[in-house]
Amino acid sequence: MPVMSYIQAVTQALHEEMERDEKVFVLGEDVGKRGGVFRATDGLYDKFGEARVIDTPLAESAIAGVGIGAAMYGMRPVAEMQFADFIMPAVNQIISEAAKTRYRSNNDWNVPMTIRAPYGGGVHGALYHSQSVEAVFANQPGLKIVMPSTPYDVKGLLKAAIRDDDPVLFFEHKRAYRLIKGEVPEDDYTLPIGKADVKREGSDITVITYGLCVHFALQAAEKLAEEGIDAHILDLRTVYPLDQEAIIEAAKKTGKVLLITEDNKEGSIIGEVSAIVSENCLFDLDAPVKRLAGPDVPSMPYSPPMEKYFMMNPDKVEKAMRDLAEF
Amino acid sequence: MTENRHQKLGLSDEEVLDMYRTMLLARRIDERMWLLNRSGKIPFVISCQGQEAAQVGASYALDREQDYVAPYYRDMGVVLSFGMTAKDLMLSGFAKAEDPNSGGRQMPGHFGQKSNRIITGSSPVTTQVPHAVGFALAAKMEKKNFVSLVTLGEGSSNQGDFHEGLNFAGVHKLPVIVMVENNKYAISVPLEKQLACEKVSDRAVGYGMPGYTVDGNDPLAVYEAVKGAADRARSGEGPTLIETVSYRLTPHSSDDDDRTYREREEVEEAKKKDALVTFKAYLQEVGVLTEEKDKELEEEMKSLINEATDYAEEAPYAEAESALKYVYAEDE
Amino acid sequence: MAKEKINMPQLGESVTEGTISSWLVSVGDTVEKYDPIAEVMTDKVNAEVPSSFSGKIVELVAEEGETIEVGNLICYIETEGSSEATEEASASEKPETPVEKDGVGSSDDEDQPMKKRYSPAVMRMAQENDIDLNQVQGSGRGGRITRKDIEKIIASGDLPKADEAPKPKEQVQETQPAKETKEVPAPQAAKQTSGPQPTANEGDIEIPVTGVRKAIAQNMVKSKTEIPHAWMMVEVDVTNLVEYRNSVKEDFKQKEGFSLTFFSFFVKAVAQALKEYPQLNSTWAGDKIIQRKAINLNIAVAKENELFVPVIKDADDKSIKGLAKDITDLATKARNGKLTNDDMQGGTFTVNNTGSFGSVQSMGVINHPQAAILQVESIVKKPVYMNGMFAARDMVNLCLSLDHRVLDGLVAGNFLARVKEILETMTKENTSVY
Repeated sequence: MPVMSYIQAVTQALHEEMERDEKVFVLGEDVGKRGGVFRATDGLYDKFGEARVIDTPLAESAIAGVGIGAAMYGMRPVAEMQFADFIMPAVNQIISEAAKTRYRSNNDWNVPMTIRAPYGGGVHGALYHSQSVEAVFANQPGLKIVMPSTPYDVKGLLKAAIRDDDPVLFFEHKRAYRLIKGEVPEDDYTLPIGKADVKREGSDITVITYGLCVHFALQAAEKLAEEGIDAHILDLRTVYPLDQEAIIEAAKKTGKVLLITEDNKEGSIIGEVSAIVSENCLFDLDAPVKRLAGPDVPSMPYSPPMEKYFMMNPDKVEKAMRDLAEF
Repeated sequence: MTENRHQKLGLSDEEVLDMYRTMLLARRIDERMWLLNRSGKIPFVISCQGQEAAQVGASYALDREQDYVAPYYRDMGVVLSFGMTAKDLMLSGFAKAEDPNSGGRQMPGHFGQKSNRIITGSSPVTTQVPHAVGFALAAKMEKKNFVSLVTLGEGSSNQGDFHEGLNFAGVHKLPVIVMVENNKYAISVPLEKQLACEKVSDRAVGYGMPGYTVDGNDPLAVYEAVKGAADRARSGEGPTLIETVSYRLTPHSSDDDDRTYREREEVEEAKKKDALVTFKAYLQEVGVLTEEKDKELEEEMKSLINEATDYAEEAPYAEAESALKYVYAEDE
Repeated sequence: MAKEKINMPQLGESVTEGTISSWLVSVGDTVEKYDPIAEVMTDKVNAEVPSSFSGKIVELVAEEGETIEVGNLICYIETEGSSEATEEASASEKPETPVEKDGVGSSDDEDQPMKKRYSPAVMRMAQENDIDLNQVQGSGRGGRITRKDIEKIIASGDLPKADEAPKPKEQVQETQPAKETKEVPAPQAAKQTSGPQPTANEGDIEIPVTGVRKAIAQNMVKSKTEIPHAWMMVEVDVTNLVEYRNSVKEDFKQKEGFSLTFFSFFVKAVAQALKEYPQLNSTWAGDKIIQRKAINLNIAVAKENELFVPVIKDADDKSIKGLAKDITDLATKARNGKLTNDDMQGGTFTVNNTGSFGSVQSMGVINHPQAAILQVESIVKKPVYMNGMFAARDMVNLCLSLDHRVLDGLVAGNFLARVKEILETMTKENTSVY
């Protein structure tokens, strides 16, 4: 099975879907000739031409809005926001339009569109190239938000997103792009949106997280295994709507639950996960549900010590996991 | 002797009479909506009155079998032209299950009906502009011959989506017609506090497309402008911006009182130019509309709207629990 | 004078490594700060890397064409100035030393402030099972009784009831399943300790861990940390087999063009025995054990410092000749770097030819996620007492490592006995190589 990087899996999925379905096209800033500032759309312009790999004007609301229009017509646009931080001008289109189209038209119209955006910190990106923005969208029924952790999941979930009949926000961790590599089958496969995935079986503590933090947790788990602490790790994969069943099952398995996000703590995805656990698992809980998250400051500063202080890392995760295990 | 203008545009007597009939239908439905609102039967009305000529003139210039429209909330004339019925609109007014726009989920005036290629709309203004551009992009990519028409108010032309949408369409030379129905007021704020330029159409140059300002009370002038734009679009020459100038004859909505911000005289003055008056006069002068035919039309409207109102009033609401449906695709 | 390091810079937001496409300086060159020293290629950009210091290049650590992780050393430069600490003044975020696991704490209640703070799970389980929590020792912080403590007690079936006298303190520990007896302590291969990393002394050679070596290390750690290994060995008398094979090997080589190795006979015997004991041809899957239908045998093939485990598919369908051919093919491919993904996939059990190194006894690390691995050791002549006298016999040790979650001694023993039986009765008369 070929081993590829996280971003190569993105490119691979786009390539395969454009080949499979002529209605699929890519639009965004610098996605054409340049192949994307992160190179996620590398090679697509040469292969599929400028009509299907569209360099748009620098205007995010139009990228989203034009994509929505084309999707309503029956196309399968894959829009790229250059950084998740820059999705803000398109929020009206995404929340007022894409999310509500099916509902407001009583199932008459729908928006089969995927919006990809690189998110996350640890890349010296400072305030506006580091943010996790999923919580902004995670109380908008009608949207689906996918945040994969591995190249395998990237390919299967991006293909599923493109084929989905509803709008999907597909957030890719930019630090994972070249850091995370893994086996990715060459064949055509999709993974179910809305399903979490157990990335490690364990019996002492349950870690529920998503994105790059999954790797931090897995690394920490290997270390802790040497101390006899056996961690169960659930990768949410889809952060909205949440896979309640999997969350409940994972929480009940050990009764000690640690929730991790790179985002600011208050109002983040994991707060909702915590609510699901406390609503459903009281009599299986053996410890308070713990949250490990970024501090409640607007975003990640540029200076390396401050960035490091904000950013999640395996040591912080390991410490929190050990602390809960010893409770 | 009045000049016969419609024949010059290639419109038959039957066609202009049909245009008038659609304008009249829109006006009479709108008037009924107000009555229903003021009698407590429907909670909200937002009017087309004063803009029917622009709406119907533009619609009839399109291919109503294949073109797409992204109307805004006043466009009753557009949606009637594109196949929506009095009954459909009444069902929407009463928020009944059978409402084709939204099954009673949205306020009246939030149009949408896929079978008639009427693109669903929302309340935040101007979001429909990029959508129409997206449809035009699809037409270009799929090598289809349709165009899209998007309408909006002059206040909306200040929104970012107006700029972003027109610029995108201009850069990619897309077959879209952007029609700004300038009714002189954005709720209470008059034109001079909305625009620093003289006309909305002045903005077209910035997007690399032609911009025209036409009399919005003259359906034939609007027809001519939109027809030209559609031909341009279909021949690959790209988008056009058209501004139709008329006047909003009613308050902004059933919740507004326009006496707080404009003089009655101004409204009365505008009513003299009302297309329902002027276009009717034209049709009478050129002998297309007789006194008898006019009476017949009014009678027809009355019974059509009575029937639609009764039907909608009696029709069932959607079940309360159906509020949970259609968030995402469902297997049925 | 000070020797400074120049590291691979981060050339782009998501870039994690860069390849030196060419050095623009040589050892001995004097460079100014910000002079370009190397051309570096990454997935995002190609760029000239400037020197961070003025001075003389003393060593180019990275070679042209080599891919270096961001932050890793590429060359040394000797500078004029003082050797101020140039290490990053990064806020120290070293993991705290792990708190001592307190095992079964002392019974002193003052040391156990959490002893009577029961979690909802512990309360529920105690009520459902009528357990007197006063008699339970907690293993959690501050003597807290954890859900796991109760689960262990329930599993043991020895529930402390309110009307019984308090049990000895060690109870919790006693109830742990006593299964360690046969376990061999895991060799600490590639294990990351939480203490400081070892450092190289002068004259030591540092070998970067990359590629296949890294993958091997990860797999071994995974196997040894996840799988409770147990170990077993039998001694097999293969005198008849040796005789048989030696009598046909010349002929075979001439006819078939490849060697008829002993190993193929062993593989044959294992495939046959696995058919009869499918428990060994299985994998641990958390809440279940998956017994594989196909018998696909991994064989280990070493190449310099790399180790590959290609797969003989459907080994149970194949003749000894067919197996010998597969083994030859796979080994050749491995040595030439020609193994395909398909060659590496689908293994269900591993047979390791440790005898080829002269080994007579070894403990294999299970090829995760399989349930067992068999080491075929070297065949040696040994005096064996049989039929009332000593005879020189060809003897071989077969060593089995097994996943104790999946297998117990009995079935593993039966399996080994069966392999032994097959091998000891392999003769010209009853076994064809075709």
